[in-house]
Amino acid sequence: MASHVRGLPLVAQAEGVAAGQWKSRDLVEAYLDRIARLDKRIGAFLLVDVEGARRKADIIDKRIAAGESLGPLAGVPVGLKDIFVTKGIETTAGSKILKGFVPPYESTATARLEAAGAVSLGKLNLDEFAMGSSNENSAYHPVRNPWDLERVPGGSSGGSAAAVAASLCAGTLGTDTGGSIRQPASLCGVVGVKPTYGRVSRYGVIAFASSLDHPGPFGRTVEDAAALLEVIAGHDPMDSTSIPQPAGRYRQASRAGLSGMRLGVPKEYFQAGMDAEVEAAVRAALDELGRLGARLVPVSLPHTKYAIATYYLICTAEASSNLARYDGVRYGHRTAEASSLEELYGKTRGEGFGAESKRRIVLGTYVLRAGYYEAYYGKALRVRRLIADDFVAAFQQCDALVTPTSPTPAFKLGERASDPLQMYLADIYTVAPPLAGVPALSQCCGFTKSGLPIGLQTIGPALGEEAVFRVAGAYEAATDWHRRLPEDPA
Amino acid sequence: MPRINPQEVREIAILARLRLGDAEILRLTHELDGILGYIETVQALDTGAVEPMTHAVPFDCPMRADELGQSLTVEQALANAPRRRESSFEVPRIVPGTGVA
Repeated sequence: MASHVRGLPLVAQAEGVAAGQWKSRDLVEAYLDRIARLDKRIGAFLLVDVEGARRKADIIDKRIAAGESLGPLAGVPVGLKDIFVTKGIETTAGSKILKGFVPPYESTATARLEAAGAVSLGKLNLDEFAMGSSNENSAYHPVRNPWDLERVPGGSSGGSAAAVAASLCAGTLGTDTGGSIRQPASLCGVVGVKPTYGRVSRYGVIAFASSLDHPGPFGRTVEDAAALLEVIAGHDPMDSTSIPQPAGRYRQASRAGLSGMRLGVPKEYFQAGMDAEVEAAVRAALDELGRLGARLVPVSLPHTKYAIATYYLICTAEASSNLARYDGVRYGHRTAEASSLEELYGKTRGEGFGAESKRRIVLGTYVLRAGYYEAYYGKALRVRRLIADDFVAAFQQCDALVTPTSPTPAFKLGERASDPLQMYLADIYTVAPPLAGVPALSQCCGFTKSGLPIGLQTIGPALGEEAVFRVAGAYEAATDWHRRLPEDPA
Repeated sequence: MPRINPQEVREIAILARLRLGDAEILRLTHELDGILGYIETVQALDTGAVEPMTHAVPFDCPMRADELGQSLTVEQALANAPRRRESSFEVPRIVPGTGVA
């Protein structure tokens, strides 16, 4: 069994457990063995819940043996970005300021996974408070890309993407605020989905930028990601921005084919600055989609060039407000010595936050400051509408958009760490969909000559996840990029 | 001319309750100057007639029924407190020279 989980899709594991072919405990042991052997080199996990996973798997196996009918993910080992609060299991958001925090409640998305029978193996590494594009902002340790250990896995959900790529669990959850699911999915060659804003509950997801935070799944295949999304999506009364609609039938959509679909190709997403190998692979993918029966339509998203500035204005403003709660009083780190409350706050936060969190708190406080609010934050909210209107107009001419996910393949650790603006500018293709709230998926569409994965992004209209899964499923069925696996590190 | 100076960063850090060292202030001033320069690009757009967009998906903020639900016990709420006293979170004295510490 142990050797067989490498590259084995989540859906196949769920079917095998349901059919009595495999025991959940055997799957769990196979992954725990891989984690023990390989994760020292990769660094995807912050916490491995060995005993909890074994206990839950044994319960699933007993219930299956007793003939009980369980949920659609019964017995499948998964991993959770350490930004989902988990009752009784330490949750840090990759920050020192939350070291030792054991939440008294469970996030909706992880509770739904467990109710569907999935077994959590533990908590996955991330950029602190989901702020970053390389996972180098984790306060604990960086994550390395399973395709090349000298390179980053992307971020902020770097652990979630690397864990799927390296077969350290069957599927994972992440969050995407400006690309934090799709960009690491692209750099690690797996499938990552940012659904429509409000499709998956934010209850129990540690907040970074509340109007932009989107929880979503990672899978080895499009259908794996669809199966996870079907379980975690749907209305939740605990999140007032949750869409009051049930989850769609994403697995079915992923098998429906794309015949007759009109796919928009936005010209602003194919401009200077893109790596030549990325451009060639994405253009080849567009040709393949055309051969499969889609009609390619040139479209324009004219406000694209304002998306990064707009995104960083809004996300830092919201982050400075959300991160105000970490005060050293109720949970998390507290400075050793403080003679006044002001000193307690200032020292606790100065010690507890890393460089990127501080940068965003200061920038967000600056743009919200009396006298600057209208020129910066107010302006950004207006430009956000123009960007969202671009998508509405484009979707009158097409059913989905196809673009690159990241302008470059995975870069080396340290390569961009000293220049935050260069790091922000690489988010060019991923920041606009969350501003508009529309769903988007990244999947592998090729490799560079040096063997690094390249990502194709499909973007759908609001509530149009089915269109995204149709395109991605059809492309995957016609290609075999998703079958390539990285070598296990020695 | 720089868009932001170290004194402004120091003032903002005080507003944000964030104690920063002198080296951090200087580095942040330099980084923020570059980021603000880039962010200025949005000022070129005429947005006079555009309504601000506060949420991606339009929704009516729903009112839930006013019913008693589950909440944390005092012990659960205090379980992660760095310092507590009886059923309270403990913090340094707020008003100087009054009562017991």
